[in-house]
Amino acid sequence: MKRHLLSAGDLSRDDAELILATAEELRTLADRPIKKLPALRGRTVVNLFFEDSTRTRISFEAAAKRLSADVINFSAKGSSLSKGESLKDTSLTLEAMGADAVVVRHWASGAPHLLANAGWSRSSVVNAGDGTHEHPTQALLDAFTMWRHLGDLDGRRVAIVGDVLHSRVARSNALLLNTLGAEVTLVAPPTLLPVGVDGWDVETSYDLDAVLPKTDVVMMLRVQRERMNASFFPTVREYSRRYGLDGRRMATLQDHTIVMHPGPMNRGMEITADVADSQRSVIVEQVTNGVAVRMAVLYLLLGGSEPAIGGGEE
Amino acid sequence: MTSYLIRSARILGAEPADLLLADGRIAEVGSGLSSAGAEVVDAHGLIALPGLVDLHTHLREPGREDAETVESGTRAAALGGFTAVHAMANTDPVADTAGVVEQVWHLGREAGHCDVVPVGAVTVGLGGERLAELGAMADSAARVRIFSDDGRCVSDAVLMRRALEYVKAFDGVIAQHAQEPRLTEDAQMNEGELSGRLGLRGWPAVAEEAVIARDCLLAAHVDSRLHVCHVSTAGSVEIVRWAKSKGWNVTAEACPHHLLLTDELAATYDPVYKVNPPLRSAVDVEALRAGLADGTIDVVATDHAPHPHEDKDCEWQAAAFGMLGLETALSVVQQAMVDTGLLDWAGVATRMSTRPAQIGRLSGHGRPLAAGEPANLVLYDPSVTRVVDPTETASLSRNTPYAGRELPGRVVATFLRGTATVLDGKTR
Repeated sequence: MKRHLLSAGDLSRDDAELILATAEELRTLADRPIKKLPALRGRTVVNLFFEDSTRTRISFEAAAKRLSADVINFSAKGSSLSKGESLKDTSLTLEAMGADAVVVRHWASGAPHLLANAGWSRSSVVNAGDGTHEHPTQALLDAFTMWRHLGDLDGRRVAIVGDVLHSRVARSNALLLNTLGAEVTLVAPPTLLPVGVDGWDVETSYDLDAVLPKTDVVMMLRVQRERMNASFFPTVREYSRRYGLDGRRMATLQDHTIVMHPGPMNRGMEITADVADSQRSVIVEQVTNGVAVRMAVLYLLLGGSEPAIGGGEE
Repeated sequence: MTSYLIRSARILGAEPADLLLADGRIAEVGSGLSSAGAEVVDAHGLIALPGLVDLHTHLREPGREDAETVESGTRAAALGGFTAVHAMANTDPVADTAGVVEQVWHLGREAGHCDVVPVGAVTVGLGGERLAELGAMADSAARVRIFSDDGRCVSDAVLMRRALEYVKAFDGVIAQHAQEPRLTEDAQMNEGELSGRLGLRGWPAVAEEAVIARDCLLAAHVDSRLHVCHVSTAGSVEIVRWAKSKGWNVTAEACPHHLLLTDELAATYDPVYKVNPPLRSAVDVEALRAGLADGTIDVVATDHAPHPHEDKDCEWQAAAFGMLGLETALSVVQQAMVDTGLLDWAGVATRMSTRPAQIGRLSGHGRPLAAGEPANLVLYDPSVTRVVDPTETASLSRNTPYAGRELPGRVVATFLRGTATVLDGKTR
């Protein structure tokens, strides 16, 4: 039986659809006066963050608390240069404290995989973003948001635009959307597409204008500050002109097409304010949906005797 | 001094013959030899090879005695069938002066498991900025002939040119760790489809190949000797083949792990598979094997790189590069090259003893197994298999990528100038 959520690629179509359906039920909780269920009473969820991410952490924290789990926030911020407390010792500590689930955010790709497979701990591990590898719950909340707006994702076209090379969001989305039958197009300058991307079972394009009129979803990725002076593109202005989503480009979208962004946005760079705040934008809703999807993930991993979610048991 | 009569050994895999070792030399080779007072070693079914010579070993002493010492590393070497190892210069302090290389050389003599031949750093402190005192190291008791900044690339073209020129005065050679630094900043694994999937920063083949091509041209231009460390890509093999076709004085080595393992292992995120240059694709492995078989790649060198447990029991990105190699090299070569029909045992002897000794200018090693020659040899049983158990290494470290893997063959005995450093698979 699978116990972890490490990669969006570990989820079967049935697993993914069960999470989305469960999230839909749990989402109604947000509209009630008392936003709490007893489902995980007595269970302990640890948010283990080796990298700052207030947004993701509070989303998981809210999700666990609404299910009545005890939540421990463990910020073990460190860099590859000053490791501080090692992943192994932290893991042994959490095991000793009796954590049922560990939600881990880490700067190193593969750290959740290590946590789940090194034999240090028996907890369920949920990957909350590792390095430039994956961020499966982001992909789930994105799929959930698309699903609520567009229905079944079979044959739907999703354009993911920007720094695919360094994006864990793009990787997880490409995997999950493939599983759900959507057609993914990655749009980026050639410098920001990974070597070997032709093996990902997705389309790629260097031309945003050619892709926009055909797509059902546009997902804009954040461009990290440190990329801006590393010759991935000549200038911020040129990037915005070629790959930014502005009002002019938004006008070429189909009527039903939605605009997404995992946040935090660089307004004026990859997305202009008028687009981010437009009727098409579902960016704020993504945040709301994040709590519901993370509740569903924790519930299915910890709630039943037969968790339905796939994971890295090997 | 004990004499040894080795009965029925298959010299380079040929028909069985006896060898009599006395006074540090091979006294006699023939059938039905007898010698009163000699200790008899039954070598029925065993292959006899000249003692192996490693051009690329990290013994870690001085500085990282928690990972390896000269004593433990050379014991591992003897158990692997080696009678000489070249100790890389990236110690702490760096082996960039006559004093440090002589210290390492002395430690090797004291340990006595095999000859330790220090490699001198090309640049002061491996800093890549100015030449170390290469002549002083060459003239020292350690008689350094191979110079390398291994672990780092001599990437400055002018400095590389000067180094290649300068060592001609004492028949030295520059052993280059070919890695263009800007193309490999924070690189974690072979750049390919898998690095993209795993989100690990790629180490592209071109970063190795571009430096090798430049260095071959430089070596030709100044008519000097270049040795290319740990060639890992198909493209590098092509470039070395081209340079040799021009008649240039370029030699190259491949590591056992690059002959057997591929980058697919990185998908485990287990840093025991993290090495520099990284494990490459199956296509590269095939090209390296073909290059080693046809002589484009001259030698197998281990790049034995011990690391303490805590430097490998962590996130991939935080882990150290490198893997153990001395105790498994011959077995891996058997599996990758002999059992596949690409090399016979004479070919193995050339690539693991004769050629490396020539490149390192070691007159007492890599010699034929014939009467009058130094008694440096290894007896090897190719018919057995074993499952590698990291807790059984003589090395102080445990970072073998073959843990749990079944490998063919076993070193039964190693002789260094007529003295058994290993008998019955155990050090003496």
